[in-house]
Amino acid sequence: MRYKFEIGCILVLLAAYLFTYLEVNRFLYVAGFPILQFVMIATAWNILGGYGGYINFGTAGFLGVGSYTAVALIQWLGAGIVEQVIIAGVVAGFLGLSIGYFTLRLKGVYFAIATLALAIVLETFVNNWDFVGGAAGISFLPPRKPELLGYVFIDSKGGALFGNTKEYLFFIMAVLAVFSVWIARSIEKGKLGRGLNSIKDNEEAAECMGVPTLRLKLFATTISGSLMGMAGAVFPSFLTFIDPLTAFNLEFAVNSLAMPMIGGTFTWIGPVVGAVLLGTVQQWAIVTFSSELNLLILGVLLIFFVTVAPHGIVGWFMKKNK
Amino acid sequence: MRESATVLEPSPLTPELEKRGVVVFLELLINALVAGLLLGGFFAALSIGLSICFGLLDTVNIAHPTLIVAAAFCTFILNSTFGIDPILAGIIITPIFFGLGWLIYSAYYQFFEKTSAEALRGLAFFFGLLFITEVVLIMVFGVDHRLVEARYIGESISAVIGGLEFSVPYRLLTAFVVASAMTLGLHLYFERTFFGRAARAVHQDMMALSLMGVDPVYIKRMAFAIGLSTCGLAGALMIIIIPVEPAVGRLFIGNVFAIVVLGGLGSISGTLVAAFILGIAVSIVSTFFGPSWAPAVSFGILLGVLAFKPTGLFGVGDTR
Amino acid sequence: MTRIMKYRVRVMLLAGLFAVAFMLTSVTAPVAQAQNKDPIKIGFSMALTGALAGGGKQSLVAMQIWQDDINKKGGILGRQVELVFYDDQTNPKNVPGIYSKLLDVDKVDFVVSGYGTNLIAPAMPVVIDRDIVFMGLFGMNNNHKWNYEKYFQILPAGPSPAVGFSGSWFEAIKAFKPKTIALLAADAEFAQNLKEGAVENAKAMGLEIVYNQNYPPNTSDFTPIVRAVNSKKPDIFYIASYPNGSSGLVRAIAEVGTDAKAVGGGMVGLQYAGLMSGLGPNLNGFLNYDFFVPEPTMNLYPGASNLIERYQKKVKAENLKVDELGYYLVPWAYAYVDILGQAVNAVGKIDHEAIAEYLHKTKFTTVVGDVQFGENGEWTESKTLAVQYQGIKNNDLDQFTKAGTRKIMFPADIKTGEVKPFNELR
Repeated sequence: MRYKFEIGCILVLLAAYLFTYLEVNRFLYVAGFPILQFVMIATAWNILGGYGGYINFGTAGFLGVGSYTAVALIQWLGAGIVEQVIIAGVVAGFLGLSIGYFTLRLKGVYFAIATLALAIVLETFVNNWDFVGGAAGISFLPPRKPELLGYVFIDSKGGALFGNTKEYLFFIMAVLAVFSVWIARSIEKGKLGRGLNSIKDNEEAAECMGVPTLRLKLFATTISGSLMGMAGAVFPSFLTFIDPLTAFNLEFAVNSLAMPMIGGTFTWIGPVVGAVLLGTVQQWAIVTFSSELNLLILGVLLIFFVTVAPHGIVGWFMKKNK
Repeated sequence: MRESATVLEPSPLTPELEKRGVVVFLELLINALVAGLLLGGFFAALSIGLSICFGLLDTVNIAHPTLIVAAAFCTFILNSTFGIDPILAGIIITPIFFGLGWLIYSAYYQFFEKTSAEALRGLAFFFGLLFITEVVLIMVFGVDHRLVEARYIGESISAVIGGLEFSVPYRLLTAFVVASAMTLGLHLYFERTFFGRAARAVHQDMMALSLMGVDPVYIKRMAFAIGLSTCGLAGALMIIIIPVEPAVGRLFIGNVFAIVVLGGLGSISGTLVAAFILGIAVSIVSTFFGPSWAPAVSFGILLGVLAFKPTGLFGVGDTR
Repeated sequence: MTRIMKYRVRVMLLAGLFAVAFMLTSVTAPVAQAQNKDPIKIGFSMALTGALAGGGKQSLVAMQIWQDDINKKGGILGRQVELVFYDDQTNPKNVPGIYSKLLDVDKVDFVVSGYGTNLIAPAMPVVIDRDIVFMGLFGMNNNHKWNYEKYFQILPAGPSPAVGFSGSWFEAIKAFKPKTIALLAADAEFAQNLKEGAVENAKAMGLEIVYNQNYPPNTSDFTPIVRAVNSKKPDIFYIASYPNGSSGLVRAIAEVGTDAKAVGGGMVGLQYAGLMSGLGPNLNGFLNYDFFVPEPTMNLYPGASNLIERYQKKVKAENLKVDELGYYLVPWAYAYVDILGQAVNAVGKIDHEAIAEYLHKTKFTTVVGDVQFGENGEWTESKTLAVQYQGIKNNDLDQFTKAGTRKIMFPADIKTGEVKPFNELR
């Protein structure tokens, strides 16, 4: 069957929607949201980091730009979530493009540190930008009955598509996550992925073989950045509050790199597995251990996986069956 | 943009007042330069160990600042229970961190170097180490801010030279002197001794070293342990300068990596220069433009330098 | 290729299993039907790690003391009280999940907030969605946009918290007849709000603002900032800082000196045991906010001294790694759950509508004195103190448990000293 993956995607989305429809337990949507967000972030990171071998350490910068684009849109135009996501994707994509262009000559650790520096510069700007709340952060009310083309799609009394905002955001996040996985897979299977892989293996050789390394790299930074920005755009609406410390948190940098690594960086499914696994463990640890132990679990898990399964869980499975 | 809400009305400038304005400006400028240089010394102490671990050996030791915090807590214990001077305490705990470095590198080598895994994988390892260190600190010392007491804290020397008033806090002067001495010592050690040259060569040509009868693994382990042993003194300086709590190390991750990269990987003296540059930049911006812009300026400098010289200021060779 | 596909499917299944297992554990967690013998559960998130952990841990101990107290007295509605809490790691991102877990899985009867404004903010929509009573612990103006009628806040900063918070302080500095003011704040939410309020107070007093800046959280050396402020020659130097900055500024001001007559105002951390003893004599002269100090006139808070004594004993006896003195948060963390308990017992049933109504109309007597909540859930009057550090001789922690080191300068009816220019006390 040719479109197996695509059908799978649609099935997953249907399941996600039905899941919001069932109203099983509201906690699951709230806990599921960050996990889906991490699926998206890890997948986005892996396009550049896993396929291309360029380690982006400034994930938080792209996410923060997405979040704050959304905030600015809310403040300025009172825009809805769909507009926020699209415009944040464009802005963060543009940022990715310029960063790609700017840091073209940098490789390895230099690139990683440059992206980290970028994130800090951006955070400083947001800290000093009062329109979006500055360092104090900003909180806003979610619209009680948002409309799209005159149709009310959230109504707690029923009759609409969604029962409450959290379910709606959960579904949006699911759509975005599936979308990013689909993009990552398409890149991996296509010419682009092969090109990026050749850059990872040996950039000079790839260049000599006629691979348009520059174009490929720019393309990868743009797509990766844009997806991260979209993942960030949903964040303020989910929290109904955002401040620079949260939007530019180091946690994003850690997770975006740890998740693909734990899952396996060479295939689209690696980041998904890593994000679901690590994200779930983190969510579970937070609401299970009421102490510093959840930090310990994260630390031990990181060390355990990178030492025991050097090629990620996916790699480990494949090796076992060789 | 947040700026001064109201600015002083331009007062009628008499020649005398104008002259005073110039004096005030000069005083501020020179004091800012001196303070920046001293702050740079502190930055150097934080990053010099990383310059060895990361710059020479390619181990992305992101837990370095947190290990410095651990050293700061050890200093705190020695200072508050036995009344030992913080700097002395820093020297006392140095061997502990040397041993710790030895252990960490052994583990790192076992799992990563040996299987020639990418540096990225090591990064996750060190992230794990960071979290574990933080948790241990929380469990042992709690989460409160800790400070130490010493004679040179809270005092400063001041002088009037040519009608301009200067003052230099002893606290930062101590940091500057200790950090400079430490950096200079390490610089000489890695430049002049056989071991140092071997360590600098180790990431370039392991084979050649083996042929010369040197065990590259031993060299690396030793160099890593030396890099980590700087945490002892750096921690002592940290708790002299800022109050310490377990999570405070995270605030410095950006700074220390920026300094090492700005200076150029593998160059110990470059790290010192880069630390001074960032220290002075932070100090000047804090004095004249508003402290909240300081991070943007120091990381902007890093981005600017990388754009024009991808290997950092004193980096040589390829852009790994 | 097909083989790889097969493993992919397997891995997918594994990941799916994980997700399902997670969901099952959370859904099938013992969902106790509320029975009369079951304990009353009060749920909250608390910063036990991260930047605000110092305050969070201190609050938790106070709340646990309250739990013991109320259970000895027979609990709430004749049922024992159980605290259900999770560590939010001082990261707002974790908060919605925690409150959702508390309400949907743990089925707690009440939720109260964690410590700090930015950790209360993300809990607001979750709570409002359920339309239940929400007690806040040291949130700054959290209800400003929501106007939620079931939110009640224990920070005693009055109906307009940002302005009320520094109100006492600006009253205290009137003695200096100042003309100019410099303002410095940390790049963080609480400090920014304080500064905003201070700017309003300064404008109301007709002060000219000669310096108004923020500093980032990893600032190590404050001497350039202090020099820049000094060059503007302000009469008053208002500082809204977080613990790191508070300590750095106290030292930098000791080293560089200043001619400002009043220094301080919103310096968080100077109330912490670790910082007070660490900074010692360098604190002399600082004029800062506080809520409770061991001064004789503070007996208008009945039971607070006693509570703090019990806290200090408990910390020592159980060797807890928290603030040794507990002046800053203990009475307030105790009071905000205590008020909830009083209200529920008075109403006699778990009816959030009735409890909220009762909370609005009642004047409560607690360890922090008489508490009356206004329309927006804030205190009807500001009870913030302006205190000046004086006569600190060394780094001994014990001196801070006695009267005289932090004298109250305002409110006038409980003041224990006259405010003096900064340099006179150095």
